[in-house]
Parts: sequence; C-alpha cells; structure tokens
Amino acid sequence: MKRIYMDHAATTPVDPRVLEIMRPFFTKKYGNASEPHQFGREGKKAMEESRIKVAKLMKARESEIVFTSGGTESDNLAIKGVALANPDKKHLITSKIEHDAVLNTCKWLEKFGFSVTYLPVDRYGVVKPEDVANAIKPETCLVSIMAANNEIGTIEPIGEIGKICSEKGVLFHTDAVQAYGKIPIDVKKMKIDLLTVSSHKIYGPKGVGALYIRDGVALEPLLQGGGHERGLRSGTENIAGIVGFGAAAEIAEKEMKKESARLIQLRDRLIKETLTIENSYLNGHPTKRLPNNASFWFAFIEGESLIMHLDMKGIAASTGSACSSKSLEPSHVLLAIGLKPEEAHGSLRLTLGKQNTKKDIDYVLEVLPEIVETLRKISPFKGKWK
Amino acid sequence: MMEQFGFYSKKAIRLFKNPKHVGEIKDADGIGQEGNPVCGDLMKVYIKVGKNKKGKEVVKDIKYQTYGCLAAISASEGLCILAKGKTLEEARKITSKDIADFLGKVPPIKFHCSILGMETLRNAIDDYLSKKK
Repeated sequence: MKRIYMDHAATTPVDPRVLEIMRPFFTKKYGNASEPHQFGREGKKAMEESRIKVAKLMKARESEIVFTSGGTESDNLAIKGVALANPDKKHLITSKIEHDAVLNTCKWLEKFGFSVTYLPVDRYGVVKPEDVANAIKPETCLVSIMAANNEIGTIEPIGEIGKICSEKGVLFHTDAVQAYGKIPIDVKKMKIDLLTVSSHKIYGPKGVGALYIRDGVALEPLLQGGGHERGLRSGTENIAGIVGFGAAAEIAEKEMKKESARLIQLRDRLIKETLTIENSYLNGHPTKRLPNNASFWFAFIEGESLIMHLDMKGIAASTGSACSSKSLEPSHVLLAIGLKPEEAHGSLRLTLGKQNTKKDIDYVLEVLPEIVETLRKISPFKGKWK
Repeated sequence: MMEQFGFYSKKAIRLFKNPKHVGEIKDADGIGQEGNPVCGDLMKVYIKVGKNKKGKEVVKDIKYQTYGCLAAISASEGLCILAKGKTLEEARKITSKDIADFLGKVPPIKFHCSILGMETLRNAIDDYLSKKK
C-alpha cells in the first residue's frame, strides 16, 4: 500500500544529507565540547559552525543562539526566564492560539502570582497588533505571540507586533517553530527579542532546538549546572543533534525559496479541490498561511474517524477533534477562531513536505471525498445538525 | 496520534472498516438516541421487534447511525451484533462491558463509547415498550 506522509507540522523525517553529516559525531567525534583536548575541540568547532548556520536562517548573530532540547524547552526558557529575571513586572501577554508549550508555561506562572492576558484572534486566527498595544501595561514583562500557527497555518503579523513592543519597551518572544525555515524571518527587522526554533520541524533530528536571545536581554536560566551555553542552558551539549540542526538550517536556507513556491502550488490545489466537497470549510487565513498547511473542517463527521480512514489508505494526517486528544477537548485553536465544538471535531490537517508530490495530492483528492461520503452515510446528521 | 490507534483491537478496526449495520429502519418499532455532537459522538439505534418460536419478543432487526470516532462506530457495530436475535429482556441486559469485551481492547479513554452503545440500545427498547403500552 502507498504510504503518504502529510503530517509535517507534527514532525519531519531527517534529511539523508543531514544524517550523513551527523554520523561521525556519534562514534568518532564524540568529545565533550567543554574539554580542551582534540576530541573536545572537534565537537566545540562543529557546534559553533552549527550556531552560525542556525543564526543565519533568522538573520541573528551566532552569539545570540542558545541550544536547547527543543521547542518546548526554548519556550519555557524564554517565558520563565524573562519572568524570573524581572521580578517587579508580573504581567504577560500571549494569544489564545499559542502552542501548549507557551500556554501552559503562562498558566504555570499564574500559579506564582503572575497575571496573563490571552488575546483573542479573528476568524482567520490573526492577532490584531492594536490589541497587543492596548494590552501592554507598565508591569508587562513579556509579549509572546507565535510566528505561525501549527494547526491552521496562519502567519501572524510579528513584524508589527515587534515594532509595538520595541516602542513600548516590552520584550517580545515569538514561537517560530512552524515558521522557521518555511518563511523568511529577520529578527532584527522584526524587532524580536526572543525566538524559539526546533530542529525536527525542518528535517533535522528530534531532541534539539534553540532560543535566539537578542544581545542585552537578561534571562534567568531554568537549569542549574556546569554553566554551558553562556550559563543559560547547563548540560553537556547534544553535539550530534546540534550538528544535524545546523546542517538542516543550512539546507533550508538554500532551498526554502524554491521549496516554498513548490509547496504553495501543491497546497493551493489541495485546498481548492477539497473545498468542492459539500459542507467543507477552510481553517485559517486564505493567503497569510504557511506554504505547507491545509486545514479544513467537514460538517457532520468526526475527525478521528476521518484520519483513521485516511490511515487505512496509507495517508498520515492529523485532526483537532476531541476524540483524538488526551483531554477529550477539541482544539483550543479551532475554538478560538470561532468554530463550535462539533465543527472542530470534524477538522482535518494536512501538512505537506519535501517528499510530497503532485501525485500524492492527486491520491488524497481521489480518496478524501469518498471517505467523507462514507462517514456521512454512517452519520445520523444529513445535511443539518439535527 | 498513531499511538492511540495502536490501542484499538484488530476487531474494532475491522468493524469500523466494514460496517454491516449502518442505516435507518424506516418503520422501526423503537428508536434510541444518546450523545451529543458537541462532545464528539452521537448514536442513533433503530430496532424492529419480532417473536421467537417460544413467542417471546426478540430484536428481529437492528441498525444504527453514528457520528463519532472509531471507538463509537465499532461500539455501534458491536452492539448490533450482540443484540440481534436476542429477546428484548436479554438485549436490555447488554452492558457496556459486554460491548467492550466483544470489541477486544478498548482504550480506557474511549470506554464511554461502549456506555453510549449500551444506553442507546436500552433507549430504543424502552421506546418500543413505551409505545406498546
């Protein structure tokens, strides 16, 4: 049977070129980068080269990059790090559609006397920059708004938000896990103080990420230890992972423009033809969206059934239905853009990647309408929620 | 996500893939409905009542329409298989555990779908019995 992977927002395969570059760092160049001997120096050198590559893809300086274990840790370090470094400022601003790594970190801070403003979004999932401006108070220590949403693909106006924060003297963090390597990011032009990225979303290995920390921004570290990464992230560096991340960032830098254009073509055809299915709707912004994201909801059917049927046809996709979540709650993102729970339950996310071809899109467009039809035959709802 | 699918039994997946009892019985003797689309699942069960050789009322035919996940759809199939041919008295005694056991392994988080199945069937039988009065 065909095996078509369309869940690249969840994770990506490691690019074979990346794997080849990583390989010697497991068995030959395994030195601890903190040690001054040749083995250590080898690791240190490779790590610093990776730092340059990771920085370049967001137009930062290498001195501004701290390697972490991934997106979740970077979000935690940014948010808790700023909150703890600014004990007099006990207010944060974020949005209702952030990744749980941001939302739950903010909720955690609420337990310790911080207050958090969760900004709403419009029906496309866009945060209004003026809402950010209006929410800023003298005691605001941080604004954290994602660069692009992982579920619906909407790209946020982070340049405008960065400008507002910079003018008001408030630090600005953005979770760019989904945006990095897919759309251009310029931390200086966009006035970003802190930016979260992850390796495994850009064809690098899992277990490694980074936080960009603008020169001059003070953070309190989360881990106490040997003082690695300028004291901000203690723990022996994951050199092989970091080398892989650097290689992936370098490839993305070179190939992003061409690959994005290719993905946009595939995505737009997928969206256009899927929407010819009766009672189907697009989630997210029609144009301000990630090149690889197609997100829908189908009335009268449930998403986990939908992705199970797709799985039986060899297609890997994702849903924001309650039935596929650990909490049995529908996606907070889909509710925030105004979907009713029963609408969110019928959601389907297809996120494309490097190996997906026009033929893959043809295949999805061939089987998806049949599956929707099958499930609607089983459903008691016939053309209306009654 | 895939990890969750791994928790479904082969039997549940097979029933989900090839459902045999989907549909509406136009002249149903009893109709039961439970659940809410807001929560992600709704089940509707139709029964046709007949008599067995001993003159006892039995579930002669049974069909369902379900909005929900694999667990809900396979539970619907399961309850139809379990209830068909049983006397109303026996069918009314089918428990959520019977349905879950029939399906094999049900993920704990999806056990409520078996409860939904049990309740919908009981509603359909009660609907018939109340109409008969």
